[in-house]
Amino acid sequence: MTNELFFLTMVGMGLVTYLPRLLPAWFLRGRKLHPFIEAWLKYVPVAVLAALLLPSLLISEGQLNLAWSNLYLWAALPAGLTAWKTRSMFATVLVGMAVVAIVRLIL
Amino acid sequence: MINTKFQSISFVKRIFSPALPVVMGYIPVGFAYGVLGVNAGISTLNTILMSLIVFAGSAQLMATGFFSQGLNPFSIIITTFIVNLRHMLMSASLSSHMKEWKKIEVAGFCYELTDETFAVHSLRFNEGDTAALPAMSINLICQLSWVVGTILGALAGNLISDVKPFALDYALPAMFIALLILQVHNRKHVIVAIFGAVVSIVLWKFGITQWNVILATVIGATLGAVLETSNQKDKAHIAEVNHD
Repeated sequence: MTNELFFLTMVGMGLVTYLPRLLPAWFLRGRKLHPFIEAWLKYVPVAVLAALLLPSLLISEGQLNLAWSNLYLWAALPAGLTAWKTRSMFATVLVGMAVVAIVRLIL
Repeated sequence: MINTKFQSISFVKRIFSPALPVVMGYIPVGFAYGVLGVNAGISTLNTILMSLIVFAGSAQLMATGFFSQGLNPFSIIITTFIVNLRHMLMSASLSSHMKEWKKIEVAGFCYELTDETFAVHSLRFNEGDTAALPAMSINLICQLSWVVGTILGALAGNLISDVKPFALDYALPAMFIALLILQVHNRKHVIVAIFGAVVSIVLWKFGITQWNVILATVIGATLGAVLETSNQKDKAHIAEVNHD
């Protein structure tokens, strides 16, 4: 693919990415929604974060990794505990990365 | 909504403390994307421009693979659309907090609505910090760090490609752990989280690798809403006499 054609492809990618990001907020804000929809939208953050998180812990290089040696999964325990206790995103990221780095250094 | 509680906190702290963990994740992942992009044969300029025009990690990484496979533009765009469609739900979920924003603010903010910035804002907005300027500033810092990471990666090319010794690859999973736990306030949240996570993995296992997140979100949120509204009906029934 030429650079020009790939640039146009990226513009298309940008457009189909931007519209779903924009249109719901654009049209729904300030509108009174049905109570069920309102309740539904309140659960989107928890549902989507969980749906993104578990695959990021269990899938590596296109394979499901349920082995005991899955470091991503184990490191989630101290990281999760840190999040629970400190309520700090920064502390959680530091603890998670530290555990992963130390285990990799030892093994 | 004017919130004095948040105005008393210094503007810098109000922006940098939520943005910092995202930045820590975006620089290494942006770097990895930059390396992969130029190694796939995409020009350095286009590799960097994609981080400006598209700004969506998983779709960009996917596009580098598709480029080297020589996939046609139409397929790349359609796949990008499907993979990024989940942002629709995030945009809808934040919409009620943007009531008083100007149109240009909504347009600018939504351009930089990613999984990570969404998670940060859904937490901040629920805590009451719903002003447009700090929200847009956080997004701008996040995209800037993504672009900086991309530029460094695209320039480094194949000199460095392994971020594993520094465990930088764990920054984003760790951030999702924190953001998920910070959003869980009651038993219904726990149920929805476990259910959404399991559905997402099961769908993936059955080969639904591009729709799994959005489908799991829809199913999980529906479960939450059913639990919530059936609960409210019980309460409404008990408090029927006091109803206006």
